[in-house]
Parts: sequence; structure tokens; C-alpha cells
Amino acid sequence: MTTPRVARRRAGDNPALLGLVGILAFAALLEVLPRAGVLPAEYLPPTSRIVSALLDEFGRGSFWQAVGGTITTWLLGLVIAVVAGIVLGIVIGSVPALRLATASTVEFLRPIPSVALLPLAVVLFSAPIRSILLLVVYASFWPVLIQVLHGVTDIDPVARETALSYRLDRWRRARYLVWPTTLPYVMTGIRLAASVALVLTITGELLIGGTKGIGERIAVAQSSITVPSMYALIVVSGLIGVLANVATRRAERLVLAWHPAVRREFPL
Amino acid sequence: MSRALGRAGLLLGLPVILLVTWWFASAGSKSFYQPPLETIIKVFPATWTAARFRSDVLPSLGRLFLGYGLAVLLGIVLGVLIGAHRRLRALVEPLLEFLRAIPPPVLVPILILVAGLGDPTKVLVIVSGGIWPVLLNTVEGVRGVDQVLADTCRTYRICGWLRMRTFILRAASPQIVVGARQALSISIIMMVIGELLGATNGLGYTVVQFQRGFEIPEMWSGVFVLGLLGVLLSLAFTLVERRVLSWYHGVRAAERSGR
Amino acid sequence: MLEIRSLRKVYGGHGRQVEALGDVTLTVPEGQFVCVVGPSGCGKTTLLRCLGGLLAPTSGEVEVAGQPVTGPPDGLAIVFQEYGRSLFPWLRVAENIELPLKSKGVGRAERRRIVDESLTAVGLGDAAKAYPWQLSGGMQQRVAIARAIAFQPKVLLMDEPFAAVDAQTRADLEDLARTVWQRFGMTVLFVTHDIDEAVYLGQRVVMLSASPTRVLEDLDIDLPDKRDQLATRSGTRFAELRSHVYSRIQEAKIARPGS
Repeated sequence: MTTPRVARRRAGDNPALLGLVGILAFAALLEVLPRAGVLPAEYLPPTSRIVSALLDEFGRGSFWQAVGGTITTWLLGLVIAVVAGIVLGIVIGSVPALRLATASTVEFLRPIPSVALLPLAVVLFSAPIRSILLLVVYASFWPVLIQVLHGVTDIDPVARETALSYRLDRWRRARYLVWPTTLPYVMTGIRLAASVALVLTITGELLIGGTKGIGERIAVAQSSITVPSMYALIVVSGLIGVLANVATRRAERLVLAWHPAVRREFPL
Repeated sequence: MSRALGRAGLLLGLPVILLVTWWFASAGSKSFYQPPLETIIKVFPATWTAARFRSDVLPSLGRLFLGYGLAVLLGIVLGVLIGAHRRLRALVEPLLEFLRAIPPPVLVPILILVAGLGDPTKVLVIVSGGIWPVLLNTVEGVRGVDQVLADTCRTYRICGWLRMRTFILRAASPQIVVGARQALSISIIMMVIGELLGATNGLGYTVVQFQRGFEIPEMWSGVFVLGLLGVLLSLAFTLVERRVLSWYHGVRAAERSGR
Repeated sequence: MLEIRSLRKVYGGHGRQVEALGDVTLTVPEGQFVCVVGPSGCGKTTLLRCLGGLLAPTSGEVEVAGQPVTGPPDGLAIVFQEYGRSLFPWLRVAENIELPLKSKGVGRAERRRIVDESLTAVGLGDAAKAYPWQLSGGMQQRVAIARAIAFQPKVLLMDEPFAAVDAQTRADLEDLARTVWQRFGMTVLFVTHDIDEAVYLGQRVVMLSASPTRVLEDLDIDLPDKRDQLATRSGTRFAELRSHVYSRIQEAKIARPGS
């Protein structure tokens, strides 16, 4: 099963090529099925019409403003959540009493579905961007916090004792012991938070509206029943998501290139 | 005795402090949108009656369980299929990477367009969001099964459904559970969103009706109920997980103690 | 019982080819206990995996009980080195042993009897309900041996089974391997890198050269059948055999061709 089979290697074994084939086959299927009348073309337009709607969007300034708006909201929410998560995580994680005292509260607040806060967010803030940011920060704060808490408690007891026996002061222990151990967890937290934050950004734009963003544009396309551009915008939201995933994974690998251990991801 | 008391103190201390703080901080609140906690609690029994429970909470829960169950089932079946075949995996991996990056809520308008506003659509909305974490985690889990165990199965001729049941699914179960937990929170979110965007009953619908009708304390109580639902389901999930993965936690503990 | 003729195995990939087995010819008659010893990285495990039908050879023939090996052959069991990974961590000890019997279609009562018998044979009569990870490494390997016995194989392959346990446990397990062989009368092929172990255990020691692997020498071990960790190991004949094997393998390491 694990045998490297040189003799039997074929062109069909190239994973990148196969992946491309998969995407093209999917696109072709979505082209053919509506045209053949298997799927209703007015609700599921063929791929070519989605692509041409996509190209139309690319030519509009308002589209790029929306992309910019979405990315700005996303990054803003992400940065707030990450900073808050790291700071609180390290403070709570390094003080055992604090960790015990907050455990039940964290376990209670974390599973509250972020959209449950949506009506609250709407009535509490008059500016839509703030309502959206509340959702984004709330949802993406928890993955960071939880990962950091795991990271801080993961410090090798032997390393801790070594540091103490060499009489490293508090600052040096934080610099050379706590931070390097926690960093992989921080990166995992950021990666998880980034995708959650993007989902909530676009969801917030879709449901609350009132800001320039991809989500709002989808809502407009829906209400004006311009179906192909709705699909085109959904494709765009997926592409932004893929880019965000690739970027965070790259960053993770870059930052952790020196790290000896591959850390386990904790279930969230 | 005093130790149990201390534990209870640690467990309940902070939540009690927070609630008390909220109670007094909001006590004299004249703000329309931030009613005193007392008012919210007072409207609670009148708002969440047995009739309301039947007409809104139960339908929501039914759709949630059906959608979540389908998402988990489909996710596992497809995940095992994709995870077990190297070429199929190479074929669909980039496609899945793209599809799961689409924020599930943006699919809701499409699903409503295609399938209408009925209950099947709302279940479909939940499935469309919940399936991805289960699917992708199952693929990873199945791909990462231990090679020595796979050889053991071949040597001892453990194959077919017995192999699936006692080896593949069990070996992938820690990953599948991680996916199922993510899927649970996404499913709740999708349930609410599905009801926000066109429904005639349900939890999400009710809360938004309160918001639109400016029944602010009632709306707050609805947010409570949604939050409580998330917490209770997560608790139930943890209990199930402890049973299903007791072996896994045992292995991890044995590894940590350095055997 | 075991026939290996001109077995050759070349691993390749990314333009680099590694010849793990050069040209190995070896016959093991029924009921014999043969040890295969060689320097580390000489393809011992590859040889064993080819025999077990887990790996397709590049050329040459492998036969078990007169049948050419194309997949895992009938009546053959393997004890892997990685005891921690060859037992199913989610199954209890008894269930681990029972599983191959289930796929064989053995009835429930019969299964229970065989499980009890094989657990007793390895001295673990009271561990049936434990999980593998609750046991020490040596005990886990005992369970793996019990599972192999329960399968009632004609051929038992052991891949450096005791390499990862401590010295004291190792001596006990070596004696267990001899006892099991004598009691159940199967053909045993025991792969190890430990020269002492090979001479102590085997009726015959097959020495392999470093890669590309060939059979260096096939040596009969003329020690009495009743072996004892103290008496056998301190005897002069044991010392002679041991130093003979040792010097041959040293030679092979120095005169490594083509490297």
C-alpha cells in the first residue's frame, strides 16, 4: 500500500493535474446540466454565464470597493480578536487560579452561536460596521483564546525547571520559554480565527447590510434577481476564502519554520 | 467537604459575579435598547411559554437535528470514500478546498431561490454548512490511519464491513469528532440564518420578530434562549464524545505519562 | 514450508532507486525456527513484508506452503515490531485477539475458548478486559503474540518483535517465543538485528549482507533444544557460534559492495 510504484506511474498520478481536472469537470458539469435542462437554468445558470458575469464585475469600480470593504472589516475584526485572545490567553493561562476561575465562564460563553448576537448587535450600534465587527470579533476571539490557553499550559515541565534552576527572571522566562512554546498554538488559533472571521464578515454584510462589502452585494443581487452575478459574487467569496487560507497557512509555516515539533491541533 | 465547596466556588464564582454586576449596572437603565436584567428575566416566563415552545422551539430543534444528522452522515460517507482513494482525493481536493471556503450563509439565498421557503430548504441550509468540517476531517482521519494497523488488518484478513467498522471508522473517529463538533456550532448558526431569511416560525424567526417589533426585553430573552441552546448542545456533545473517545483519551494520557 | 527464490526488491521514486533486496534465496522446512540476522538497514523488514504478502517483490518468487504469494497468504501471522501500533487501541485485549477469528467466521463460544487459551499461553490470563494502552510494552507484545497464536497459523513471522522493550522483559519474551513455538509447532521466521538473540532462539541463523542484500551464510545452531537464559548463554558453544556470526556480519559491513 505504501509501495512507491515507479513502474506503474502514469500521467494520471500527478495530483496537481488531477486536481485541475476535478475543477474543470465540475465547471463542465455545471455548464452542461442547466443547458440540457436537467437543472433549472434560471436558478442555476451555466458556468459560462457565471464567468461572464464575473468578468463584468471585475470591470466595475464598485465591485473592487466591495472587495476592499470586506477585506478591511475582516482584517480589523481579526486583529482585534487575535490581540485580545493572545493577551487574555497568556494572562489567564499563566495564573492557575485565574484559569480555574474562568474555565466555566469560557465554557459557557464559547458555544453561544455568534448569530444569536445579531439582533443585539443591530439594536446596540447604529453604525452597521460596528454591529458586524461585534459578530466577527466575538466569533474569532474564542479559537485564539482556547489555543493560547492550551499553548501556555503545554510548557514542558523539565524546560520550566531548567529555566528556574538557571535563575532566569520572569521576563526571560516569558521570552525564551513561554512565548516559543505558545507560538505554534497562536498560529493555529490565528489560522482558525481567520476563516471564522471571514465567514462572519460576509454573513454580517449579507444580513445587516449598510456597508460596502461582498455580502451586501450578494444581498442586492438577490433582491434584484440578477442570478448570474449572485453566483459570480459567491465564487468571489470562495476565492477570497481560499486566498485567506493559503495566506495564513503560509504565514504559519514561515513563522514556525524553526520549530522542531508539529503541534497537535486542539478540537474546538 | 470544604474542597467540594472550593470547587463549586471556582466553578460558579465568576459567572455569579458577572451576573450580579450586570444586574446592578443595568438596574436603573433608562436606555431603550439596554433594559435592566430584572426586566429581561421578568418577561422570560411570559415569552417562552409551552405554546411558544411547541410552535417555535420544537420546529427549530427538529430541523436542526435532521440537518445536523444528515450533514454528519453524508460527511462521513463521502469523507471515507474520498479518504480511502488516493486518486479520487487528488481529483476533488482543490475543488473541496474552494467549496468549503465559501461562507455557508451566502448559499442561503441560492437555496431559497432553488428550493423555495419550506422546511426542506431550511434543513438543506443546515446541511450545506455543517457537512464541510465533517467531510474534510473524515478525509484527513481516513488518510492518516496507522500503516501498521492497516498491515495487521491485511495479514489477519480483516476486510469488508468488519474492517470499516472496527478499523477505519474507529481510527478516524478522533478526527471525525473534531469535525462533528465544529459542524454542530455551524449547524446552529445556519439554523438561525435560515430562519432569519424567510420563515414563519422558529427560534431565529421569533427573535428577529421581537427585534423588528421593538420588543427589546423579549429580544434579549430570545438571545438568552439561543445561547442556552448552544451551551446545552455543546454539553451533550461533550458527554457523547467522552464515551466514544474514551480509548483515545486513555492513549493520550498513557503517552503523556511516558510509558 | 517457506520458499524464497532469487527475491529482489527495488524501491524507486523521484529518480533514485534503492535496491533493498539483491538476490535472496532461502528455504524453511515445516516446523523450523529460523532467525534472520543482518546489519541494520539491510532489508530484513522488506524480506518479511514480501513473505507476508504485504509488498510485491520486483522479481523472484515467494511461496508459502506450496502456494505462490500474491497477497497475505492463508495460515500466516505476523508479529510486528511496533506493538504500540499493531494493537487496536479502541478494542480491549480480548477483542483484539478475537477480531481475526471473527473475520474467519469462528463461532462465539469457540472464539471465547481460543482467546482464553491463547491469553493463558502468553501468561496474561487476567488482562482480557484491559485496553492495550493500559499495559506495559512487554505485555502489549504478549497480547500481539497471543493474537497470532489464536489465529492458529502454520507460519509465524516476527519482525524484530522485542527490539523496543527493556532487557529483562526481552529475555522473558524470548523464552515465550520458544515455548509457543514448541507447544504449537508452527514454522517461525524471526527477524532481528541482535546476534545474541538470533543464536539463542534459532535452530538456524541466516545471515544477510548489507544492501543490496544477499544471504551471507546459513548456519545450523547445534545447541540443545532446551535453552536457558543463563546456562545456554554462558556455554562455550554459544560463545563460538555468537562470535562466528558476529565476525561474518562485521566483514559484511566492511566489504560493503558498491557503496
